[in-house]
Amino acid sequence: MVTAVQPIANSTPVAPTTDQRSSGTLRACAALLRRDFTLAWRRRGELFLPLLYAVIVAALFPFALGPDPELLGRIAGGVLLVIVVLAMLPALESMFRSDLEDGTLEQWLLAPQPLALLALTRVIAHWLTTVLPLIIVMPLLGALLNLPVKVLPVLMLTLLLATPLLVLLGAVLSALAAGARRSGILVALMLLPLAVPVVIFAAGAIAAAQSGMPYVAPLTWLAAALVLAIVLAPLACAAALRIAVEA
Amino acid sequence: MTTPFAPSAPLLSAHRLAYSRDDEPVFGPLDFSLRPGETVLVEGDNGSGKTTLLRVLAGMLPPGEGEIRFDGRPASRDSRNGRVLWLGHRLGMNESLSARENLDFLAGLYGQRDGASTASVMERVGIEAWLDEPLRTLSAGQKKRVGLARLLLLPGDIWLLDEPYANLDRHGIDLVNALIAAHCNTGGAALVTSHGAVRFADPNARHIHLDA
Repeated sequence: MVTAVQPIANSTPVAPTTDQRSSGTLRACAALLRRDFTLAWRRRGELFLPLLYAVIVAALFPFALGPDPELLGRIAGGVLLVIVVLAMLPALESMFRSDLEDGTLEQWLLAPQPLALLALTRVIAHWLTTVLPLIIVMPLLGALLNLPVKVLPVLMLTLLLATPLLVLLGAVLSALAAGARRSGILVALMLLPLAVPVVIFAAGAIAAAQSGMPYVAPLTWLAAALVLAIVLAPLACAAALRIAVEA
Repeated sequence: MTTPFAPSAPLLSAHRLAYSRDDEPVFGPLDFSLRPGETVLVEGDNGSGKTTLLRVLAGMLPPGEGEIRFDGRPASRDSRNGRVLWLGHRLGMNESLSARENLDFLAGLYGQRDGASTASVMERVGIEAWLDEPLRTLSAGQKKRVGLARLLLLPGDIWLLDEPYANLDRHGIDLVNALIAAHCNTGGAALVTSHGAVRFADPNARHIHLDA
């Protein structure tokens, strides 16, 4: 997304000075992060809901399955993984919705900044505000489900790789669906088939750690997919956002 | 016809520009140019394609036919972005945030006009008392004024204003006219749509008339 020098020869003195494009881009990303954090803080009640959901589900499992510590310990890793995936789903759908509705995306499009980088910044802000708290409470939820202590670090590492990947995929779908009215469950349904491989690799790492086997291979697959998604998803996201504004 | 590479190439020019939606012509073909210091008023009834014309010029819709040039060069994201300020029907600001937070964010995206500050532009549009209130508590006219403050804060010499007079009282309309005049005096240019119900400050402004 390197941009050429703006052709402003023969132009008027009020034409914007764009000699410091890269520092301007960093400042733009910082401004977007600050804005999204401010907005998240204003809506902190909403952000609390996925967390509450995860705690409630984790607390209900032992009641539903019966107090068998061994059984709980065996399934805890997979259960927690699914809980996190489900808890982060609803928020994905509205990632660009309000910005499209109030015209903010129009301003993004006309700004002298690479749209893909703004989209990536939005993904980072979204992950930090809605997903990171879920990972932080993992030790508590692990304790509720009798998760073996040696598995906990692997579970957290797996989530640190898998959840940004899911948010990146979700961002593309969210941008695609932003133009559609009442897309509600659409993003969740579209994300499901894409989430399956991520969950399989994540579960592979957790299961391997649980049985004392090497768990690095599935994690490196997740890391590779994450790197790929960091590069490609923002570009797809930007293209989808342009279409959404056109509509 | 304008010569595209003349020394004083127009900031913005359209050549045989037309747009169709589902094979239904919306406007055009149009030929016009916008030179530094110039204001062009786009007139037409509701549904005559005024907003569509502005969206095409801003690059939010692909032109169907014809060409748009900036400084005599074919329009591209690089030649357009940052120079065009768009004030549309939607404010482009988040209602949960205050005017200061919204304007600071946009200044981060676009950069800031020399000598302009969030506080000073809010004072210029007459609502400095509302700087830190969430936008949703402002009236429709006050929100429009925050939109005008954005035009003053951000650099960008080409203003595309879609119905800037909507929701404004008499003083607000005078304010819009004064801001456009000041902008044009410093070498900027503005393309303004209106359905014709308001008098326009500059009697010499050129008009583009769109038929429904």
